[in-house]
Amino acid sequence: MLTIQFIPYSEIEPLSQGARIKKILDIAKENKIVVMEGRLKPVEETLLIQKTMEAVSDNFKGIELCTVYPSKKKKQDLARAFKEIMAKVLIGDREGLTVIGPANIIKEIKRNPNKIELLTENLPNKRRD
Amino acid sequence: MITQLRDFLNGFFFNLFNKKNNVKIGLYGPPNSGKTSIANKICKDWLGEGQEMGTVSPIPHETREVKVKEKIKIKRGGKTLSFNLVDTPGITTKIDYEEFLSYDMNKKDAQKRAKEATKGVIEAIKWLDNMDCVIVVLDATKNPYSQVNITIIGNMAARNIPVLVVGNKMDMRKANLKRIESAFPQYNVVGLSALKGTNFDEFYDTIYKLVK
Repeated sequence: MLTIQFIPYSEIEPLSQGARIKKILDIAKENKIVVMEGRLKPVEETLLIQKTMEAVSDNFKGIELCTVYPSKKKKQDLARAFKEIMAKVLIGDREGLTVIGPANIIKEIKRNPNKIELLTENLPNKRRD
Repeated sequence: MITQLRDFLNGFFFNLFNKKNNVKIGLYGPPNSGKTSIANKICKDWLGEGQEMGTVSPIPHETREVKVKEKIKIKRGGKTLSFNLVDTPGITTKIDYEEFLSYDMNKKDAQKRAKEATKGVIEAIKWLDNMDCVIVVLDATKNPYSQVNITIIGNMAARNIPVLVVGNKMDMRKANLKRIESAFPQYNVVGLSALKGTNFDEFYDTIYKLVK
């Protein structure tokens, strides 16, 4: 069975950088796939990789990580661009989606550029009684 | 806040007095993209035979420690660029010791290699803070839209550090430089083959322009 856990942006927004990473990693270690609203900052992503490497063991192989972010429109009027900046300042960068899965389950995540494909390891089928 | 201000001031004064004399260029990228092969070619070209940086292997995570070669001098158009070259372990989000077993390695050695590889990734990430310029080495035969590539490049952009993206293994039939260029349109992209030693003139020209 595959479990997907959704994390809304409002749930991670008040957390510190370290607490955000811990929350995500703890869920991945429970063999669940995290689907998070918004994205981590590049510095947070490297911290996530660093903390993942510290957690790697014979039982936990690490994570697969992928972010989709809407591509910017080439022409945008100034007022709209200003509104978007202000929204980001006030409510945070909620654009995009981040998928994080344990490497034990997710073999590969293909990002192409606005589409995510999850290639899973062969999971044992649960017999229905 | 105080810590951030102190770090900023430290970084500012460090860069002001040390940058010109002690430029560090880092080779970053996923495992087996050819970082050490490129480092070896640079050392051979500018330091001479026998100055190679490290061993290369088809087994991933052959480089498990950061290695530095100091005072490499590249000459371009009568001018010289002097820098320290930093070769780093491949950055990845997962390491499975069982992967190494398929390379005729016993379980104990595979586990040891995996343990060292995880430490190598952590060390490579820590070194990101020290870089003045980063060369992101990608395997041109593979999909460039990997989060590790995006993360490394995103980190450099956030720090305003110049980035050169290199598509290595251009001698391979499946190599596709256009795919890398469209994945990272805002960066300089150079295609080369470390194995065959092709297109290194363009590579050196681009480094020179980026750092100078």
